[in-house]
Amino acid sequence: MKSKTFDTKKFLMNNVLYVIMIVIIITIAFISKGRFLSMRVMRDILNQSSVRVLVALGCMFVILSGQADLSGGRMVGLAAVVSGTLAQQQTYAIKFWPGLPELPVIVPVLVSILLGVAVGLCNGWIVAKLRVPAFLATLGVQMILFGANSLYINKAPNNSQPLGGILQSFKNLGSGNVAGINYIIIIAVVSAVLVHILLTKITMGKQIYAVGGNPEAAKVSGINVFKITLITYAIAGAFYGLAGCLECARTGSATSNYGLSYELDAIASCIVGGCSAGGGVGGVPGVFLGVVIFNVINYGLTFIGLSSYWQYVVKGLIIIAAIAIDVRKYDRKS
Amino acid sequence: MTNSGVLLQMTDISKSFPGVKALDKVSITVRSGTVHALMGENGAGKSTLMKCAFGLYHPDEGEIKIDGKSVTLENPRKAMDCGISMIHQELQPIRTQNVMENIWVGRYPYKKTGPIHWVDEKKMYDDTKALLDELHIHDIDPYTSMGELSVSHCQLLEIARSVSYGAKVIIMDEPTSSLTDAESELLFAIISKLTAAGTAIIYISHRIEEILRLADEVTILRDGELVGCWPASELDGNLIVNRMVGREMTTRFPPKNRKIGEEYLQIENFTSADPSSFKDVNFHVRRGEVLGVGGLVGAQRTELMETVFGLRPLASGTIKIGGKQVEIKNAYDAITNGIALLTEERRATGIFPLLDITENTVVAKEAKEPEYFHMKNGLLDSKKRNNETQDYVEKLSVKTPTLKTPIINLSGGNQQKVLLARWMLTSPDILILDEPTRGIDVGAKFEIYTLIEQLVEQGKCVIMISSEMPELLGMCDRIMVMCEGKLTGILDGETATEEQIMLLASSYNK
Repeated sequence: MKSKTFDTKKFLMNNVLYVIMIVIIITIAFISKGRFLSMRVMRDILNQSSVRVLVALGCMFVILSGQADLSGGRMVGLAAVVSGTLAQQQTYAIKFWPGLPELPVIVPVLVSILLGVAVGLCNGWIVAKLRVPAFLATLGVQMILFGANSLYINKAPNNSQPLGGILQSFKNLGSGNVAGINYIIIIAVVSAVLVHILLTKITMGKQIYAVGGNPEAAKVSGINVFKITLITYAIAGAFYGLAGCLECARTGSATSNYGLSYELDAIASCIVGGCSAGGGVGGVPGVFLGVVIFNVINYGLTFIGLSSYWQYVVKGLIIIAAIAIDVRKYDRKS
Repeated sequence: MTNSGVLLQMTDISKSFPGVKALDKVSITVRSGTVHALMGENGAGKSTLMKCAFGLYHPDEGEIKIDGKSVTLENPRKAMDCGISMIHQELQPIRTQNVMENIWVGRYPYKKTGPIHWVDEKKMYDDTKALLDELHIHDIDPYTSMGELSVSHCQLLEIARSVSYGAKVIIMDEPTSSLTDAESELLFAIISKLTAAGTAIIYISHRIEEILRLADEVTILRDGELVGCWPASELDGNLIVNRMVGREMTTRFPPKNRKIGEEYLQIENFTSADPSSFKDVNFHVRRGEVLGVGGLVGAQRTELMETVFGLRPLASGTIKIGGKQVEIKNAYDAITNGIALLTEERRATGIFPLLDITENTVVAKEAKEPEYFHMKNGLLDSKKRNNETQDYVEKLSVKTPTLKTPIINLSGGNQQKVLLARWMLTSPDILILDEPTRGIDVGAKFEIYTLIEQLVEQGKCVIMISSEMPELLGMCDRIMVMCEGKLTGILDGETATEEQIMLLASSYNK
């Protein structure tokens, strides 16, 4: 009973992402007379996408489990500042922790990730145990994180200045490369692959989909919904922490304003990337592409000389379109 | 059967969904003052046809005439304006508002002061009271919050709402599926009042006894096609079943060949942590036995069984399995102790709607023994997951295009079979089935009965909660009856009668 028009519609619904992306790239390439399609531009876009990919991967876990997480951006900021204060040169005049020796690079990275996990566990506990709606719980946590971060960075002698004197070895994490490919791109891609395996090849991944698909049925089926909720938030936190420390490494600095509204971009990327806002649907390839699309738009619009404010207008339109399509995609006949 | 005028006429209605022709040139003629039963197996197209009549779906072909005038029903609003109303299988009242607000929602009576429309609470109350009195619904106050009412009361109010719209045709989709017999009687009384006043009722039900009792005419559908329309007086149970399934159905229950063994599950002094729920319940189930659980709505049967399964908190009492006392705090404990629970609310607590057949099947087994589907390297063995699912799809003859189909796209009966497969895969010793055949067509019912028979013949214990008397009497070795949280009696399945069950189900009041 399939008609031709139906197929076209279904194709568009399932591949809207790719269609949008191709249309935008072609348009930008056309306006820039082909200069946009150079290797250098592509590498820049991937570079900028890397940190965003990590935030979006984390956020995706929470969205798949049927919850929401607004704490991502501020967690990135906190991790950036904390890792920055642990990775300053011994000779830097206003070293944050003057007595602290120069630590191996792995220390600030691990501390960031653990900090993220701790905050994630708090998020999960507030949502799953105290039953505060996720949207509001993580909104509260987000504010607390920003406050705590601002208090922390305000410590004398730093007094809220952007952190400086970051160790070169730490900065290398963000700017170093192997065979012309930046470490952060490699980290992002490896993370994406690992997450993909976790979601499709590990029992726990399947259980995240089950909890997002119908938490009540998951409970009856013997899944520990509380544990899964804690784990998804903890994994999300770990990714925010990692993203924050890489953000500091990449820019060679950090302030408490770092990561502002990253969580919104991450959520938008997930939705555009095919995650259902209701949970239980979505996956890594879509989310990865969702992030890249947004960065292509960011970069591309600037590249052809449009005001960066246009980015917001275009992004907003894409989010609305993506959700409008999402709603129709899962609108089933009984 | 009266010869009064035709109210609703649907001619040659066809409707396709992606991949399925749900209706193929189906016609139905509904006359004023009659009850017109619409029957067919799940997936036969009954609901689709009625959704076309109510403007929820738009037919691809065909004509709908109301009072002899051809109409296009764009949406339910238009259908209601034309005098058609529908009571859904799954009701959606606004639980936070009260009875009268639910009845008059969208058209509150008002008093006007200049440009301001004040809601006229007094008139709304009086109108509601009058409406309820007219329908002999005396035990509901218009100020009661909807959330406090039982499903059956919500349903009666839904009917009241249809009447208040001046509906000429009221479509009832499985109206008694969540009602007890006494509540059903009240519904039937209301139906006869309505038909006496000239209203037509289109009545969808799987319950043959009800149809034979209520209906004037019966239209039967099969696989989206019209089988025919007969006066109810020319039909009997066997004829209806034969025409619905298109094959001879000699018995409604499979032959029994059970060997009942020792007591396996023992429940002692069970009292719920919720003071309004069950108290001091004792029972046991033997190997190879079906224990039926009868009772009216509010008997706390579901609550009791969900507590056994660890979903609800227990105040006091013990569970013994195979003579050993066990602690069950959550569903995981229950599953690892060999218990399975097929819940009553398939949509709310059963299926993962957007996940596919495989995921829906393996989920409980995977929670119980994650390693079962692991390859040596710890990753999931997709092949094994699919093969095991495929086995059950074939064993239970689940009708699905592929294993990758989201379960929501299957009919109710097939969803239920997938859920049964989910539990059978956990190889349980004790299966608790809460209304396992609710909203399922006759053919699928028989398949589920056969499956239950196979399970008990393998020596498993089955506990079956059911509100259908014939099912309790036909399938169970013993029937325990509850009333308002108390166990009022346990009957022998061989000798029990419907009257005995009814008596015990209402005995606590007396």
